[in-house]
Amino acid sequence: MSTFDKSMALTGEPPKSLSTIQKLATLLGLSGLGIFLLAMFNINFPNKVLWLSISLSAIAIGIIWFSWDAYSNKLPGIKNDGVWFKSISSRGLWGWVAGIALTGFYIVLYFYPEYLGLVSDGANKGIIALFDPLSRLLSGNPASQWFVYGTLYTVAILAFGIKFLWKYRHNRYEKLRTISVMFFQTAFAFIIPELMARLNGHKILNGGSLPYYDLKNVWPLNYYNFESYRIKAFLSSGEIGFALLIFGILSIFVITPILTYKYGKRWYCSWVCGCGGLAETAGDSFRQLSDKSTFAWKVERWVVHSVVVFVTLMTTAVIYSYLGTDTSKYWLTKSTFLLSVGGLLTLVFGWVMIFKREQLQKDALYGAIGYFVIIIALIGFHFFSGEGEVFLFKSGTLRKSYSFLIGSVFSGVIGTGFYPIFGSRVWCRFGCPMAAILGFQQRLFSRFRITTNGGQCISCGNCSTYCEMGIDVRAYAQKGENIVRSSCVGCGICSAVCPRGVLKLENGPLEGRIDSNQVLLGNDVDLMSLVNKK
Amino acid sequence: MLSSPYKVDVLNNQIKPMEHVVIIGNGIAGVTAARHIRKLSDKKITIVSAESKYFFSRTALMYVYMGHMKFEHTQPYENHFWKKNGIDLMEGFVDKVDTQNKLLKIKGAADLKYDKLIIATGSKPNKFGWPGQDLDGVQGLYSKQDLELLEENAPNNKVCKRAVIVGGGLIGIELAEMLRTRNIPVTFLVRETSFWNGVLPSGESEMINEHIREHHIDLRLGTSLKEIIPDENGKVKSVVIEETGEIIDCTLVGLTAGVTPNIDFLKDSGIELGRGVKVNRLLETNTKDVYAIGDCAEQHEAIGNRRPIEAVWYTGRMMGETLAQSICGNPTEYKPGHWFNSAKFLDIEYQTYGWVFSERRKKDSETHFHWRHPKEKICLTIAFNKDSNAFLGINTFGIRMRHEIFDRWLNEKRDIDFVMEHLVDANFDPEFYKRFENEVVSQYNSDFQKSIRLKKKNLKRIFQIA
Repeated sequence: MSTFDKSMALTGEPPKSLSTIQKLATLLGLSGLGIFLLAMFNINFPNKVLWLSISLSAIAIGIIWFSWDAYSNKLPGIKNDGVWFKSISSRGLWGWVAGIALTGFYIVLYFYPEYLGLVSDGANKGIIALFDPLSRLLSGNPASQWFVYGTLYTVAILAFGIKFLWKYRHNRYEKLRTISVMFFQTAFAFIIPELMARLNGHKILNGGSLPYYDLKNVWPLNYYNFESYRIKAFLSSGEIGFALLIFGILSIFVITPILTYKYGKRWYCSWVCGCGGLAETAGDSFRQLSDKSTFAWKVERWVVHSVVVFVTLMTTAVIYSYLGTDTSKYWLTKSTFLLSVGGLLTLVFGWVMIFKREQLQKDALYGAIGYFVIIIALIGFHFFSGEGEVFLFKSGTLRKSYSFLIGSVFSGVIGTGFYPIFGSRVWCRFGCPMAAILGFQQRLFSRFRITTNGGQCISCGNCSTYCEMGIDVRAYAQKGENIVRSSCVGCGICSAVCPRGVLKLENGPLEGRIDSNQVLLGNDVDLMSLVNKK
Repeated sequence: MLSSPYKVDVLNNQIKPMEHVVIIGNGIAGVTAARHIRKLSDKKITIVSAESKYFFSRTALMYVYMGHMKFEHTQPYENHFWKKNGIDLMEGFVDKVDTQNKLLKIKGAADLKYDKLIIATGSKPNKFGWPGQDLDGVQGLYSKQDLELLEENAPNNKVCKRAVIVGGGLIGIELAEMLRTRNIPVTFLVRETSFWNGVLPSGESEMINEHIREHHIDLRLGTSLKEIIPDENGKVKSVVIEETGEIIDCTLVGLTAGVTPNIDFLKDSGIELGRGVKVNRLLETNTKDVYAIGDCAEQHEAIGNRRPIEAVWYTGRMMGETLAQSICGNPTEYKPGHWFNSAKFLDIEYQTYGWVFSERRKKDSETHFHWRHPKEKICLTIAFNKDSNAFLGINTFGIRMRHEIFDRWLNEKRDIDFVMEHLVDANFDPEFYKRFENEVVSQYNSDFQKSIRLKKKNLKRIFQIA
């Protein structure tokens, strides 16, 4: 529906107009970005420490000041007034401008870091040089484009995190979750790995060097974790290196399944993960833009599961390529490795088919296809591959295409660059193999569900509109069904925006978790048992 | 499932046209009936609506004006749903029902023949004959057209300098909330001495008064409308207050003093009418093959404590489910379960399970326990029978409760002490929220000289696992 607007004022009417303070805050934040832009054009700032501090503070204070003005004078409660009127949050002009600017930034970052001032054999220039002092302070090394990105990423999560905390100050689930992602980003993704780099060459590591390791990044999100150079680095770094390698393996095979069983995949996706952290904070203004159609859901299932198959194949091929064949040198050889991967997948597949088959319906087919692609490919590895080759590809080519297509284009350029167009969780929903694997566990083997409160749903659509994962929450709630969807990241916003208290994220017994139960839509039991007959 | 318009009758070896069910009105009642008839049968189904082509959630219209959602977000089913499920949608206004020939006369369209007719036309805003009630700038808030009109009447606070809302019910407070999001000054005339105190007990009603004022809404209690005064162009200029004669200048008058069944088109149809369309427990009217459900249906006799006409989302849905069974060969009486309802007053969520009556309506045997948070806008009231101690119902404000638990306790006819003891099980607030059961129970103990000890939350009890 178009809004009726008789006014010609460019600043708009309430609730979309900006206050004077918000205009000033915007100016301040943009001036911080302006300093970066000047640095990018190689304006030489004499005192880098000072100018970097000024620009980062300007950005952070601009965001915080803006939010303070937006929320501080309002009573606690849902703050979605005018979301669909503001051009930034409804795919209007400012939405597109922001989307194009972010996308451009990601393209430069991933593919043309020299424009940011990266110099591989000499002193950095431009923006990257501006960050050198901070990088030296933390790790002792000059900055790289990734250090610049990491710093801005952390500042974004912290500043927009504070905005989110104010916006949802009546909701303790949202507050704790946000403090958690702010902490994990700052400590685990940013500071700890930088400090770890200081240990390189130290005797505590037997003189070895640890690879850059964000401890909360679990394979397959960090698809490169088991590559040859990293394994060598882990193994050359004494007991600490070895412990980290074991931790990386345990993360995916032990820690993750246990936590997901107990709490659903939200423990990771909306409490710990950095991608999720950015989506929940900086991306919060765009969550309503995700596509809720059944068509989008279909695309999602195919794409995200294909990525899982791709990453499994790629990782297997990469590990396979550097393993030896002689059991006397090392117990893990090419053939033992392939057999164990095949065995593990068969176990998982067998377990699902035997015990969880009735919960799968159509999805079973997709699982089966993915499974057979992998198994056939494994057999292929074994019989058709020469040294380092898989079928006709080199494992290196497979790895490079994954890293380009999924690691850079999908997760960065599309995933974050398109926030203002497709919503904040495009990567998590369509591309993240980690989310897909956790989702698989959540759907089949977890205590987590969103409980629908009997018959209280009025089908208003707030839950579906504000679901960043594009789940049509209302479709379940209005039938009195619980929501058990593999893609749900447990952000809790559906429950927060519900005007009738219908939805609750909770962990409970597996029994009766999925079964639809319409008895409580409010009618008498005899009728409802008829309605429930399928 | 695709419906075929014909049905093969194997016994008589002939092809008969499928029975045609026509539903007037595509609100929650009509659409629920259509969906369930489709689940149970291959009958031909047509829904006629003058309001909108596709079903939308009426209760969500306010969010469109507030910018939380776009209109399409209020539509629970995608547009391809209807064709896929063989439910025909027809846009048109039904002028007359010819029950003799089983025909609908539709404005600007050919007559529509029906075999079974379901009337689900909902309500329209009440107008009590105030002078000036049909002026330009006076409107109710019920339909999609009302929302569109509001966008014209009150797009911003320059066009709409002040709005006066008449009638202190759920729609009135929603309209006030909507207008405040565009910084339009609002005067809210409430006839009662306290907001919605015909329904809410006084403590709760008082808390909502405070909250309305907190939102900078000019709440006038015990105040009614005398007349609406036009300017020279026939537009609203001001209103006059009955009690004081005060004149309030305004550009918009929102009439939100309740709703009334929308059944004018049935006047000469022969279908028995009261305030609504009279129906029996099978939701049948006095005319064969004509049924009525939802807001527009009026029970011959009220069911339990309910009113004969219930203009509530949930009852529309329940009636739709019930009637679908009857129409598909399984005659089923409308037997609503325990009463429940919910609403949101600005930032405060309200839920109710069972019956808690206001001081005005409650019987002598109904006693209330009321607890209110010392600082925040959170409270609850539990009603019980003072002789038998039987639990009757609960109202909560700012605390969510689990429907299933209260439904169970009402079925099991629990007493108030049991409810107090197990109060933790019933909480439905999001995880990590502050809990108030300790304060509630300790006040209950001191108010009624009891020594109830609160039980710990128990998942086995909540989910009923052996």
